[in-house]
Amino acid sequence: MKAKIIITPKKAVLDPQGKTVLNALEHMGYRGIGAVHVGKYLEIEVTGEAEAVRKQIDEACHKFLSNPVIEDYRFELE
Amino acid sequence: MNFVVLQFPASNCDQDAVHVLRNVLGHSVRLLWHKETSLGSADAVIVPGGFSYGDYLRTGAIARFSPVMQAVQTFAANGGPVLGICNGFQILCEAGLLPGALIRNRSLQFRCEHVFIKTATTDSPFSNRVPAGKLLRVPIAHGEGCYFADPETIAKLKADGRVLWYYVNAEGEPTDAANPNGSLENIAGICNERRNVAGLMPHPERASESLLGSADGRLIFESLIHSLESKQLAKAA
Repeated sequence: MKAKIIITPKKAVLDPQGKTVLNALEHMGYRGIGAVHVGKYLEIEVTGEAEAVRKQIDEACHKFLSNPVIEDYRFELE
Repeated sequence: MNFVVLQFPASNCDQDAVHVLRNVLGHSVRLLWHKETSLGSADAVIVPGGFSYGDYLRTGAIARFSPVMQAVQTFAANGGPVLGICNGFQILCEAGLLPGALIRNRSLQFRCEHVFIKTATTDSPFSNRVPAGKLLRVPIAHGEGCYFADPETIAKLKADGRVLWYYVNAEGEPTDAANPNGSLENIAGICNERRNVAGLMPHPERASESLLGSADGRLIFESLIHSLESKQLAKAA
């Protein structure tokens, strides 16, 4: 199966990339955009029983793939 | 003294640190490859600057799991002094040896220039030789040097005197214009609770000889050497 992981900067963390993309979008004429957050997307191919895989991916996200000081993560298995 | 300078794939300030400690200050230094599991005989460890593991995933995120870093964890837990410079600071934060994290500069630019830093306290093995009021002129060279931690951590760092260096202007004021990367409170370097592990983004090893425009960085290495020598004297007595 595949784990699809999305990692985003925490709201309290300065996100200069998001701010710059927001400015560019507004400059291009797109209206109504409130905020932009630039994060990361990872796909991990993995085999095993779903619950065990979920536990393993969650642990890897917490320990290594994201930094809980500055980032949030979420993932789904498919 | 016996220094160990770590070497990861894409470390690039390791030789500068070796040069200063060996040729400028006359101490014994060993380079230690990241796959080593033991530090051997070491009085202090330098985690040097660079772009370990290509800065993949996050700066320092992969280096912290290297075998040598497990040995550094034990060394630090036993009170051994560890100094992280630039990427070394990022690695020590990722490893949980120092609080907080270093994120992308607020300008999104790689900043490579000389800055002034002010030593907030001489009560550490890394700052005890810095004369009162002296500003250090040292270079920075980083894209991810913006120090971040939650408000409680920042308050605790300040209350405990664990911020060792602040970015300041030539007059010694921590202004916003003197902050090269957006670090919270102009923080340039900190230490852990036990005060034996420290990290800073500026490069003292690139400013340890007057030929290079500034020898101010030497005070940081001299502080570390002074602290190790005092400890040795105390042990002998």
